[in-house]
Amino acid sequence: MAATDTDAQPIADAPHPARRILAMLWRDKFAFAAALFLLLMVFCALFGPMLLEDAATRQNLRGRNAPPFDFSKPWLFWLGGDALGRPLLARIVVAAQNTLMVAAGAVASSLLIGGALGLIAGYTARLASQVIMRLADVIMSFPSLLLAVIVLYMLEPAVGNLIIVLAITRIPVYLRTSRAEVLEVRERMFVQAAQVMGASTRRIVFRHILPVIFPTLITIATLDFAFVMLAESSLSFLGIGIQPPEITWGLMVAQGRPYLTTAWWLSFWPGLAIILTTLSLNLLSNWMRTALDPVQRWRLELPRSRK
Amino acid sequence: MKGFLGKRAIASAISLVGLIILVFFLSRLTGDPTDLYLPLDASQEARENFRNIHGLNDPLMVQFGRFVGDLARLDFGMSIRRAEPALDAVLRGFAWTLQLAAITMVLVTLLAIVIGSLAAFRVGGLFDRLATFFSLIGASAPDFWIAIVAIVLFSVNLGWVPTSGTGTPWHWILPIGVLFIRPFGLILQVVRGSMISTLSSAYIKTARAKGVKNRPIIFVHALRNAMLPVITVIGDQAAGLLNGAVVVESIFGFPGVGKLMIDSILQRDFAVVLAAIMVTALAIFVMNLLIDVLYAVLDPRIRY
Amino acid sequence: MTGHLLEVRNLTVDFHTARGTVHAVRDVSWHLDRGECLAILGESGSGKSVSASAVMDLIDCPPGQIVSGRILFEGQDLLTLSPDARREINGRRIAMIFQDPMSHLNPVYSVGFQIAEIMTAHGVARAEARARALELMRRVGIPAPESRIDAYPHQFSGGQRQRLMIAMALALKPDILIADEPTTALDVTVQAQILALLEELQQETGMGLLLITHDLGVVAEVADRVVVMNSGEIVETGSAAEVYRTPRHPYTAKLIAAVPGTGEMAAPLDTGIGPILDVQGLTKVFGDFTALQDASLTVLPGETVAIVGESGSGKSTLAKTLLRLEDATAGAAFYAGRDLIAMPPKELFALRREIQMVFQDPTQSLNPRMSVGQIIAEAFVIHPGILPKDRRAARVQDLLRQVGLDPEHIHRYPHQFSGGQRQRIAIARALALEPKLIICDEAVSALDVSIQAQVIDLLNRLQDELGLSYLFIAHDLPLVRDFAHRVVVMQGGRIVEQGPVRQIFEAPREAYTRALLAASLDPDPDVQAERRRARAQLAEAPA
Repeated sequence: MAATDTDAQPIADAPHPARRILAMLWRDKFAFAAALFLLLMVFCALFGPMLLEDAATRQNLRGRNAPPFDFSKPWLFWLGGDALGRPLLARIVVAAQNTLMVAAGAVASSLLIGGALGLIAGYTARLASQVIMRLADVIMSFPSLLLAVIVLYMLEPAVGNLIIVLAITRIPVYLRTSRAEVLEVRERMFVQAAQVMGASTRRIVFRHILPVIFPTLITIATLDFAFVMLAESSLSFLGIGIQPPEITWGLMVAQGRPYLTTAWWLSFWPGLAIILTTLSLNLLSNWMRTALDPVQRWRLELPRSRK
Repeated sequence: MKGFLGKRAIASAISLVGLIILVFFLSRLTGDPTDLYLPLDASQEARENFRNIHGLNDPLMVQFGRFVGDLARLDFGMSIRRAEPALDAVLRGFAWTLQLAAITMVLVTLLAIVIGSLAAFRVGGLFDRLATFFSLIGASAPDFWIAIVAIVLFSVNLGWVPTSGTGTPWHWILPIGVLFIRPFGLILQVVRGSMISTLSSAYIKTARAKGVKNRPIIFVHALRNAMLPVITVIGDQAAGLLNGAVVVESIFGFPGVGKLMIDSILQRDFAVVLAAIMVTALAIFVMNLLIDVLYAVLDPRIRY
Repeated sequence: MTGHLLEVRNLTVDFHTARGTVHAVRDVSWHLDRGECLAILGESGSGKSVSASAVMDLIDCPPGQIVSGRILFEGQDLLTLSPDARREINGRRIAMIFQDPMSHLNPVYSVGFQIAEIMTAHGVARAEARARALELMRRVGIPAPESRIDAYPHQFSGGQRQRLMIAMALALKPDILIADEPTTALDVTVQAQILALLEELQQETGMGLLLITHDLGVVAEVADRVVVMNSGEIVETGSAAEVYRTPRHPYTAKLIAAVPGTGEMAAPLDTGIGPILDVQGLTKVFGDFTALQDASLTVLPGETVAIVGESGSGKSTLAKTLLRLEDATAGAAFYAGRDLIAMPPKELFALRREIQMVFQDPTQSLNPRMSVGQIIAEAFVIHPGILPKDRRAARVQDLLRQVGLDPEHIHRYPHQFSGGQRQRIAIARALALEPKLIICDEAVSALDVSIQAQVIDLLNRLQDELGLSYLFIAHDLPLVRDFAHRVVVMQGGRIVEQGPVRQIFEAPREAYTRALLAASLDPDPDVQAERRRARAQLAEAPA
């Protein structure tokens, strides 16, 4: 557009990065709300079990299937009680830990492994790259939910195994993305410039290529977090994920299913927790795609003169 | 183009072989295979018997050879719960799933493309913001939750549609409706994003300078270019429906391959599970080839 | 003043950007008549394309906004017309062609469809449109159009694609053709052909031609009148010859002075010592394509050797093979007596310090996520032997000063600098390794003329100060004329001719060198008119 290309002074220094990110987040109100909600959920996951474990497991026969919005009851019962009279609000807060831990564990490990394999596949000789890609194809062509179902059926459905299984099914996503990005970035001139200076392969990969593709991977990871959460919920719903007495939101939906017609809130609230968390992650991922792209970033830095 | 497709077919075939190896070793190395094939309460004698008949005491490579041989003859064994060849049960279920997936994907694709393109044409407009908002919610929705909420709402409370089965067209509405939501949300977002970047490309400027009207600019010039990244996502989502409609099928009692698979797993009917894995994998293999053909048809530059 | 075919009056267009509102053009007025060629001349960011975009209704709103002004086409204000009415004019009455025809042609439709479309969009029947498209392709010089009408844009060469764009634009015999940098990405010989075609078609149809360019040579070749723009404003208007000979505005004078190819040619260097680089029979084969064949040349210490050639001549392959970014198929290159091509990695690593490269596009050759300080200091991290750690920061500041940048800017990122400044950073990065030889691959061709001159001055100064040798790869002959000691001309992977700069420019021996020289454009309209006459005589002679 109207980029002045004279040898004039460069533009003024940008403000501190953290402040700049906050300002860009504030500009997108949906993303800001999403970030706040996710912070709240992370807080629940970290401290919820510590604070509410007792309340969430204490059975109370008088509170069986207690309806929500009965404000004469203690505040933990404001969302109602479950079939054993346990307060739903407390159970949702406590279940946040397992739900988010499984998703976070799976996303972090698949990001790490898939990203690393993608870097190797993108930057090294053809044979290694081919083997890695075919491996990814095998996993991709295998129904991801089904792989989880079968492996959990052969192994024990514990939190650790669940994380491993979900991570394996998501590795190809990061692998393919990082490989494609590496293939593109390694042809860029600044990589050639580093080669001409004598930079080692390790330096080129970690200092020049990785920082460029990292934002893309993080954006995908955010989106994927939502996907993995849904997958875990589905597995728990089918009864082959987390087993009682451990709880996750998906399991809570499944446990409420027999009472659908009489006490809808048993399934409704944990489902809403899932939907709000995934929605927040999607919103945040959308925002990140703009904020981390130097070409698109101006949309979030435009002075608020219009609209 | 033939060379391109040949290469892709070979790559996919290699993946298929990899899958077969993976399934075999998973089933042999993660414990006692008789656990998989026989009911949990099977006697030690029955297990020994089964081992001898099926040669489970032979060396691993010999077993693998037999496994591949059986696959080549499409012999997956008998379903122990159904008294019929496992493949028959799976193919029956697959036919249902295929119909369900095809109808859903056609609806999803058409609507996502039209709505996504129109949203991209006026970025930031009311239509765009509505479409973006609803597609985000759609992409975030857990299908099992939507399914049971929909059952409560439309079947139990309002009584508009039946809860399960496949008897009439009415039976199909809820499963399709629920399966529609997530792929629609995801694909709509990809269409919109791809369209936005395509509409800002130089050849769109040329078309405007030529005096071409808006509708052909969107649906002739931009759409075909914007479809390239979209096709990949459509393929992924279709694959998800071909095998992963497990949850929705079992909630709605839909006799597809997903429900068959989860039932067989819970009933420990491994022959059926194995047949189902192979049939869906083959279906996805074929679909990936179709996607590649579509790619080559849409983009004349793909000729490598 | 009425009766002009097209008249822009007091046009002001704003763009809303991250840095606030920018006046893309301010109070701009010009006019175009039937049968004449008006050139709008300006550097990047001058707003030279904006008024044409406004004429074609191509300004996106937002971020662009037409604030005030009128655009009169045959007396009718286009800005007051409905979108449908403007669409009727676009393509039929006023047509436009662009720089970079590859990205301006839709990659997934055949060229036949795209040429016919401009006619079907304006009501011509499909079959007739296709027949006309075929005829047009023949007219603009596409060989065997019958067999190529269903081919796709990527199957044509760059020059052919621009011919196809022209065919498309002229399909409905428009009254006005707007050409936005139509020859910028093309080789000089192709540029000459395209300009000749445009002139010929203009004489045939009597249309008005609006040419937007940054190149004074193009103006001299085709324009009757010229409008000079700088930062959104018109600084000068007049006939092409008048403006060149007696520029009234200082900016115009500066622009003309910056045009290369008028200075003193350097005398051959006589150092009395042997060459620093001696390339012998270098060959590079990709599959069944020979990109570089048997190239031999030498570079003396402190000498600038220019390698000129068009795209596909193998000049970049030569650079990449010398730097071992590509493995040579055969041949040797001796640097200080040691063969670069056969050198083991360890020795090569040490030698990387001695031979450095400056790339064409500084936007892409600097890592966007590293600060200027990090970019330059990377040299010391890779080769820790150059300097002890505590002296590196000071050295980076010295280097910035040496290339004419403010040492305070050490913490800034590449996108905060202009194109010329970025190229200075790239030069500073190369200097950090204290090299003896720098290979410049089209190092200034992405820059504006005035910036080009500054960077060339910098390179000259550094050569004097540090005794550097340059291997200077370029397609721009006039630039090379002022800068090089010796010139190597390449074509199709071979070296066609090499010699002292004066001999190449004043007494070229090979036909190809003569053709290259004849095709390059001189900023003086009189010189160009002379060359045109000579070309016309040559064309008539055989008949």
